[in-house]
Amino acid sequence: MLTIQTPETVMFWILAPLCVLAALGMLLVKKAVHSALLLAWVMITLAIFYIAQDALFLGIVQIVVYTGAVMMLFLFILMLVGVDASDSLTETIPGLRAIAITAALGFGGLLVSLIGRATLGHDAYGLTAANAEGNVQALAHLLFSTYVWPFEVVSALLITAALGAMVLAHHQRAVPRPTQREQAIARFRGESLGSAAGLPNPGVFARHNAVDVPALLPDGSAAPNSISATLKARGDMLDSSQFELSEVDNTVTEEK
Amino acid sequence: MNPYNYLYVSGLLFTIGAVGVVLRRNAIVVFMCVELMLNAANLSLVTFSRVNGTLDGQVVAFFTMVVAACEVVVGLAIIVTIYRSRRSASVDDASLLKR
Repeated sequence: MLTIQTPETVMFWILAPLCVLAALGMLLVKKAVHSALLLAWVMITLAIFYIAQDALFLGIVQIVVYTGAVMMLFLFILMLVGVDASDSLTETIPGLRAIAITAALGFGGLLVSLIGRATLGHDAYGLTAANAEGNVQALAHLLFSTYVWPFEVVSALLITAALGAMVLAHHQRAVPRPTQREQAIARFRGESLGSAAGLPNPGVFARHNAVDVPALLPDGSAAPNSISATLKARGDMLDSSQFELSEVDNTVTEEK
Repeated sequence: MNPYNYLYVSGLLFTIGAVGVVLRRNAIVVFMCVELMLNAANLSLVTFSRVNGTLDGQVVAFFTMVVAACEVVVGLAIIVTIYRSRRSASVDDASLLKR
């Protein structure tokens, strides 16, 4: 017979709303990085739930595999892909949002009412007997006796996935990489000689030595091609006019 | 409190994940919502394992985690491949077959 102690009840009523709120926030925040951080929080609360429910091994694995490996992989790919227009929350298919929310309310209501009405036919047993010799030992017994065949199949799946990822990530160049000599020739033989000496560096003419400030051209306008295209697309570009000199010091005369 | 409260949390998380898969357009966020659904299923497996007093649910949850890890590896590789060819991580832009 399972009795649930007060600390677990308190833990549940604090963490469960936070968990559901973070999951909802995942849907509503605009930036994918924020979604990833909220998902990491949901996974940590789930790990705490597992440990509270006598699944110590799974709780630790949840933290190591999900918040450790999987979320790092997600953040890594987010950095690789960068930020683009796909973050916008506008609906592209008309009426999709209304239909999705209605369907979700129906499905969620169905699940909750089903769980509320269903009975198991016996009292909750609890895992004290099953975990008598330790959770990890008991799991290992099951894994290497009853479930040894699924275990082997899953290992084959892991190897296949690793191979598949390698095949997908392998990138064969369609054209050979241009050499430095060819690039230099292309710059000078191009339509204009404007970029022949290389693109301007950011910041240096705007009294502010940072990559997010465009350089000022001699006529005072900002040089757009001195800034990385990624920063421009992300909107992380500062206005360089705020670093302009208010009055130009003309007292220094050129030495003849 | 009874252990079935964990099942309510699991159901809510699963529903939220399903809505996210439908509504969000960034392929990476869609993927994270799929992960959320898998995690919700794991939570109910662990809860049922506790209610039934056997560890089989935990073993199945463990297998789910392994399959989810495989899925993340292959899925993210596909997203990166699509991003390389189409310069976009939006699920709307991968519509070559439509035209």
